[in-house]
Amino acid sequence: MANKSADAQVLDSRSFVQKLMAGSFIYTLISILIGFAIGAVALLIADYNPLVAYGSLFSVIFSSTKTMSYCFVEYATPYILTGLSVAFSFKTGMFNIGAEGQYVMGAVAAMLVGVFVKLPGVLLVPLCILAAIAVGVVWGGLVGYLKVRFGSHEVLCMIMFNWIAYYFSNYIVNHPGVNVGGGKTWSLPIQDEAKITISQWFGKNVVSTNTHFGIFIAIACVLAMYYIINKTTFGFRLKAVGSNRSCAEYAGINANRCVILSLAISGALAALAGGLQVLGVTYKINQFATQESYGFNGITVALIGATNPIGVLLGGWFFGAMKYAGTRIKMLDGSRVPKEIIDIIMGCIVLAIATSNLLRMAVVRHEMKGGKV
Amino acid sequence: MGESERIDWNQPTVEMRNIVKMFGSFKANDGINLKVHKGEIHAILGENGAGKSTLMNVLYGLLQPTSGQIFVNGKQVHIDSPNKAIELGIGMVHQHFMLVQPFTVTENIILGSEPMKSLNRVDMKAARAKVVEISERYGLNVNPAAKVEDISVGMQQRAEILKVLFRGAEILILDEPTSSLTPQEILELVEIMQNLTREGKSIILITHKLREIKEAADCCTIIRQGRYIDTVRVADVTEHDLASMMVGRNVEFHADKKEMPRGEVSLRVEELHAKDYRGVDAVRGLNLTVSRGEIVGIAGIDGNGQTELVEVLTGLRKATSGRITMNGQDAFNKTPRELFDMGISSIPADRQKHGLILDYPVEDNLVLQNIGNQPYSRRGTLQRKEIRKHASELVEKFDIRPRGCENEKAGALSGGNQQKVIIAREVTNDRDLLIAVNPTRGLDVGAIEYVHRYLVEQRNKGKAVLLVSFELDEIMSLSDRIDVIFEGKIVHSIEGGKADEKTLGLMMAGGGGAGGK
Amino acid sequence: MVAELIRDLGIILNATLMYTPPLLFAALGSCFSEKSGVVNIGLEGMIVIGAFAGAAVGCFVPNPWVSFLCGGIAGGLFALIHAFATVTCKADQTISGTAINFLASGVSLFVCYLLFGTSETHPVINKLPRIFDGLFGFLEEKLPGALGQAFAQNSFLDLVFNTYASAYLAFLLVFVVWFVFFRTRFGLRLRAVGEHPQAADTLGVNVALVRYICVVLSGVLAGFGGASITLATVSAFRPSIVVGQGFIAIAAVIFGKFKPQGALIGCILFGFCNGLRVVVGSNSVIPVNLISMIPYVVTILTLVLFVGRARVPAANGKPYIKSR
Repeated sequence: MANKSADAQVLDSRSFVQKLMAGSFIYTLISILIGFAIGAVALLIADYNPLVAYGSLFSVIFSSTKTMSYCFVEYATPYILTGLSVAFSFKTGMFNIGAEGQYVMGAVAAMLVGVFVKLPGVLLVPLCILAAIAVGVVWGGLVGYLKVRFGSHEVLCMIMFNWIAYYFSNYIVNHPGVNVGGGKTWSLPIQDEAKITISQWFGKNVVSTNTHFGIFIAIACVLAMYYIINKTTFGFRLKAVGSNRSCAEYAGINANRCVILSLAISGALAALAGGLQVLGVTYKINQFATQESYGFNGITVALIGATNPIGVLLGGWFFGAMKYAGTRIKMLDGSRVPKEIIDIIMGCIVLAIATSNLLRMAVVRHEMKGGKV
Repeated sequence: MGESERIDWNQPTVEMRNIVKMFGSFKANDGINLKVHKGEIHAILGENGAGKSTLMNVLYGLLQPTSGQIFVNGKQVHIDSPNKAIELGIGMVHQHFMLVQPFTVTENIILGSEPMKSLNRVDMKAARAKVVEISERYGLNVNPAAKVEDISVGMQQRAEILKVLFRGAEILILDEPTSSLTPQEILELVEIMQNLTREGKSIILITHKLREIKEAADCCTIIRQGRYIDTVRVADVTEHDLASMMVGRNVEFHADKKEMPRGEVSLRVEELHAKDYRGVDAVRGLNLTVSRGEIVGIAGIDGNGQTELVEVLTGLRKATSGRITMNGQDAFNKTPRELFDMGISSIPADRQKHGLILDYPVEDNLVLQNIGNQPYSRRGTLQRKEIRKHASELVEKFDIRPRGCENEKAGALSGGNQQKVIIAREVTNDRDLLIAVNPTRGLDVGAIEYVHRYLVEQRNKGKAVLLVSFELDEIMSLSDRIDVIFEGKIVHSIEGGKADEKTLGLMMAGGGGAGGK
Repeated sequence: MVAELIRDLGIILNATLMYTPPLLFAALGSCFSEKSGVVNIGLEGMIVIGAFAGAAVGCFVPNPWVSFLCGGIAGGLFALIHAFATVTCKADQTISGTAINFLASGVSLFVCYLLFGTSETHPVINKLPRIFDGLFGFLEEKLPGALGQAFAQNSFLDLVFNTYASAYLAFLLVFVVWFVFFRTRFGLRLRAVGEHPQAADTLGVNVALVRYICVVLSGVLAGFGGASITLATVSAFRPSIVVGQGFIAIAAVIFGKFKPQGALIGCILFGFCNGLRVVVGSNSVIPVNLISMIPYVVTILTLVLFVGRARVPAANGKPYIKSR
């Protein structure tokens, strides 16, 4: 009898903790507020009224379909996909900090196919996308292979891969035949057939903005990931490896295979982001002066989304809106606020989410002391 | 020297009065009293989870009592940190050694109270000299310059004791000190304890092993489910009395086994060689057979190749050479999956590391190996209903508590119930060979009986069972045949009924030449 | 021919000595935090903030050593955030480090825009001194003929030995850190904390305090590394001057088996790769973008070849949670 009650006791407190963990939404919200609060301090330092700044940014975002399509399609699509990429790797206990390089490689692949392969649009667009995905699979999977085969630290490896991708892209962009020429530092533009802008396909009359199809692909990826993670044996095994690799191996799951596959899929998602960005927004690739951080920001998005695919979708939209807001903050009346304010806010949000453990523990402890005894 | 001369009954060194410690609403200690005298070896007896460790962590300042008083040498004290405890002359030797592996013995001993010289430098010379001096005084016999990762378990324990003495401890707490020692090493430890008490030290010995108490302790305080039961003079009671007080009822010491004819050979291992994680030879030409309808017990001291043998048999480690067959099929260096499919299942030594995914619900843990098979999944899609149905059946059949825990995370269950989940899974997997590694470690008496019953039941059903355990009692009471492993080889093989602890202990230490293979 | 070869070698070594010190500062910092059990991926950000703070202060304060110190303090402050997150809050060390990286580059650019109106600082007033300038000038003047010429500007000896004070400081620090690690009480304790925090805790070592000190030290040293870029190698801050040095420094530490003397060799190796890049890149048919990949490729090769053999501190990356 006594034994049973002790068990029930353990379960009671645990399920409470679980409920709390499940309620990570509330901690994300608190973290976002902390981010904005610190952002407000930065705005004050830059001598600008934070309330005015936040208020006018909010109204700018929702002022027209055009600005909303900027925020939630053009800006958000790559972040949703790189966010998914990072979130997917988290599920296997990996940390895909290499999304940056995978994104770049995907963009290069899509650009090369989009520029040089002569095909009608219905074939060319899928081919560009496939090229990006294939390159992403290789670029991500390779790190997984190095980890599995040689035990190399995947985070460091990926960071090096990021820089290699960066210089590779610059090399390609400046390569004669790819470079647009005339001393310019960008590539040839892709053919019109390869573009995925809606106006390109249906004419300017249908939509007023240059919205592109990428967002639908991103949403499809969100749903696919949700299904894979929660409903399939593959997802079951991936999560098992992520949660307790030793046990997964003991139970006959091929953990090495899971690691490589997980990073390959993560790579594909990030590369897809890069590919869609070229096909839908930039149409060409510029020489980089610094890393563009589409991949790194995927980490932020994944954390804001609590690595849940639906959460990542919302996180991506939030991030896209913030990025867009960053471009507009300089245009506010009398503002000399640099757009890096957004980076500061985002960095603080990530840090707050990462440290929310402390808050959670404090809540649990308080509950145990006050609530039950 | 008799106890009367050693112990000064007028001089209590530690007294704990009415200690209560709560974790949330759970009472880990509920009014416990303890009185230890100068020169006394005082045992604290209780099942796992009875609250012994909590009590000692309170005394050592790692935990604060919810209420109660502590007196050291007659003065009431408030021990709020291990530092304070050390200051008061209390030292603790933990069950799991607290040794920094790549450090030398000396470095480990002085850590935290280093002798210093100029420029904030550690005075290693002085440190070593002092270590040698103490070591000689109490007959501890350690090599101060050796790295911990290179020395035996027994010497590591002596290093732990030295660590405490180095800090001038007068009261030593030994937490389950014999759990990984050989019978011979245990004798040496008892002798060391007597040396210490003769010099006026007090020792608090935490254990659930009755024989040790009879052999070494003067007095014994019994704790059950967090409550103080009694303090007795060991000379006045029998082992059976102690056991009853510990458990609160009469205890069956031996498992009930039917006579069984030995069946055909299931697992056969020949001339197996394997290396450990450092690349050092650990299994060196091992031969082993396990037949249907028998339990083969592998007796041996930790670190003689058992771990590596089991890892090879379950596919976690590649052997360097040898032959393994399972029911006549080649089973050498296969993957865990292939070995499982050939008929090998196992209850791993570390249930939290290898047995369960603590973040997964119980129901998912129960289908870990079979998730890819119907009815639990179809064409790669999980069938949640079937998984739940399966789990509900097993929770009922194997008495996994609390009822209705199918959707709770495995990490939320108690240790005993976690083990039940693993046993339910592996027994239901219905393989031909069951490998059980320390299957009762950390479990209370009730759960131990439960595990033993299932192992014997598997054997009675005509399955082969390989039991690897550091608990000699367990090996002796369950095995039909006992294979003694020493330095990576089976050096002796004895019929189960014919073994006695002394000979086995000698064989495990590499002695007992007669009858060797 | 021989003279040219010696001159080229001099240029390569000169570039190596330019590139190595920042790495070395950061790597020594990384030794502290990794050895105490905290993975500090935020090292890159701490270099960035150190580089910026060094340059920004250097634009207003004539004494370069004050600017250098400010770089270290800025790095240390960001490290304090990392220590708070990972030691006190038990946050995931990699995620916290990544957040620090975002935050550091965001804050530097933000402040940079506010102060200077662009993403680049003005040139600093004074760079760190070349400590042998006086001596070499004196020798060139006083010694006769060829012997004097050996000490002339851009001579081999000048290129290799008359380098910035920060470089000598970095090399000197290797010995200091070695001494701290393996001879002092603090060193013994910090290694114990990285291997077996519980053991250290039960012996009265304050695990959290040791880790705080080590992480902050890692930030201070990384900050020095950053400041040594903006106060010696180049003379202003711009975003493109920190391009993965923090991560390369971590790789160098792994290569060096978590020992300062090993990290030194790792850093020189990577510094040398960069030296090669500078020399080969300036007069070669191979596109500069491909040559720029060399240090990163070498790092990966290092990780592939050496990481399996390095003995990682046992508690590395794991927050220490006191058991009840």
